[in-house]
Amino acid sequence: MRDSEPREPALRVRGLGKDYGGRPALVGLDLEVAHGEIVALLGHNGAGKTTTVRLLNGVLTPDRGEARVLGLDPWTQGTRLRARTGIATERPSLDPRLTARANLRLYAALYGVPRESEASRIDAVLDRFGLVERANDRVGSYSKGMMQRLALARCALHEPDLYFLDEPSAGLDPLAARELRSWIADLAAGQGRTVLICTHDLGEAQRLADRVAVLREGELAALGTPGELATRYGAARLEVEVPEAQADDARAALADHGFVLAGPSEGEEAVPPETSRLHVAAAGRDRAPDVARVLLDAGISLIRLDPADASLEDVYLAVYGGAP
Amino acid sequence: MSARRANARRASEPLNLRAIEALVRKDLGVVVRTPAVLIPLAIVPAIIYVVLPIAMIIAARVGGPMIANELAELERLFAALPDALRTELEGMEPAARMVTLMLGYLIAPLYLIVPLMVASVVAADAFAGEKERGTLEALLHAPLRERDLFLGKLLAAWLPAVAIGVLGTALYAAIVTVAAWPLVGGPFLPAGVWIPLALWVGPAVALAGLGATVLISARVGTFQEAYQLGGVVVIPIVALVVAQAAGVVVLDVRLLTLVGAVLWLLDAVLLVVAFRGFSRERLTREL
Repeated sequence: MRDSEPREPALRVRGLGKDYGGRPALVGLDLEVAHGEIVALLGHNGAGKTTTVRLLNGVLTPDRGEARVLGLDPWTQGTRLRARTGIATERPSLDPRLTARANLRLYAALYGVPRESEASRIDAVLDRFGLVERANDRVGSYSKGMMQRLALARCALHEPDLYFLDEPSAGLDPLAARELRSWIADLAAGQGRTVLICTHDLGEAQRLADRVAVLREGELAALGTPGELATRYGAARLEVEVPEAQADDARAALADHGFVLAGPSEGEEAVPPETSRLHVAAAGRDRAPDVARVLLDAGISLIRLDPADASLEDVYLAVYGGAP
Repeated sequence: MSARRANARRASEPLNLRAIEALVRKDLGVVVRTPAVLIPLAIVPAIIYVVLPIAMIIAARVGGPMIANELAELERLFAALPDALRTELEGMEPAARMVTLMLGYLIAPLYLIVPLMVASVVAADAFAGEKERGTLEALLHAPLRERDLFLGKLLAAWLPAVAIGVLGTALYAAIVTVAAWPLVGGPFLPAGVWIPLALWVGPAVALAGLGATVLISARVGTFQEAYQLGGVVVIPIVALVVAQAAGVVVLDVRLLTLVGAVLWLLDAVLLVVAFRGFSRERLTREL
């Protein structure tokens, strides 16, 4: 029987705060996450993402605030809670001297996977993460990506209700990263599991997350769906195409006039030959004439100028003042 | 619910035996796969339980009478022995007397080094080594009470230390009995010394080394640091060997019972202090 009431959110946090040596690491976090929702936590290193996960999984105690996670108090019912959460920490945290199977056997025992189904669960997760053929090899011989996959397999071993995934795609090749995204999407949409992802990969967050929370210096700086955040932060961008030979002059001219250039958007079309595409961040349709004037005044041949869909990168740039 | 009531309730909850067993199996499994841990565990007992007694018996058989006669210190010690022991040894040939005195009494405390070392090496690997390899975080996030995690780690170091100590002592007894038979003419190891040493004092010494290593491991970042600093606990054992050789003390059942009792009390204090420092919060903050 589950402890949480059907209508209670998977995660409810009020005014959560944590200090390290008097320095605030997390300040007054308010957050609710519904069952089956995927929420991405974004932020620089040290913004408070990992501290948030550690607090919510009951391995750190807060200095302020309260939380209910899966209907449980993480700090007085931590053992019961952690039996229902799965975590992939930033470092895989696997013993390199043991085989993959031995690592999983240990955690099957620690997480209380029934003895009679232990072997089949281990086989299932090894298969799910493509590690069957190397299951009896020592983890020390694994590549970084394989270790990451094994850490994810361990996380899924006991079929938790809530997943904490800290940089889950770190070290994965593009194919494995795509499979990971598919797995995470299925956890939420297909199985009704709740997922909290800490990531620096803004494209991953944009494609996966129902909502995004941006932490800055321990404070929740932004929270909403990617679309809501784009609207709220006016984080539209302009795509500009200029001759490749004039790209540096164009960048310089835009920078001189205070425009911030961003990287390419996820999945955008290929650039035509001998052409460069620039992305002017935090600039909506209303700024298109200004951008055009700057470029033309600088003698740049403007091939194309289009408003583009806002991306999380734009939001992130806006939240962090253009200096991610 | 108050924190105190919550702690009291958690303390009364049953042990998670399956998790404890898994932790013990895992730590022992990695010990046998790690040369830096396994080599001292194999070499030191082999020297103390096998090489040293055989070497002493050979020395006694080859030049025993001469050595024994020239050892004035041995005679002084002999004079200081309890009456019953002195009477037992007086009737022996010099070489047999030397072997009995040396292998049966004088170097007996040296055998405490083995359980101590085994416990310290495995504990250094299980506590400081876990931090060093970056494998602690996943354990801290597992649904285990701190008590069960601590106990699993503790038993992983203590059980092999006691097993190697007891089995090693049995092996030692067999080797010296067979090797010294021609000199002594029969079994000669004093059961009153060796049985309490192996079953009462040895396990207590192992636990003391373990407690010290756990305390040290909380303050260092690597297996090597923990192991090396933990080596200081061998000093009391060396002191006991020296005290015996100097005739200051002679091990007998009463003294060993007392030494063991004091050690068990010390163990209780060490483990309480070590467990108080074994906090999930503190370990997580150090990651």
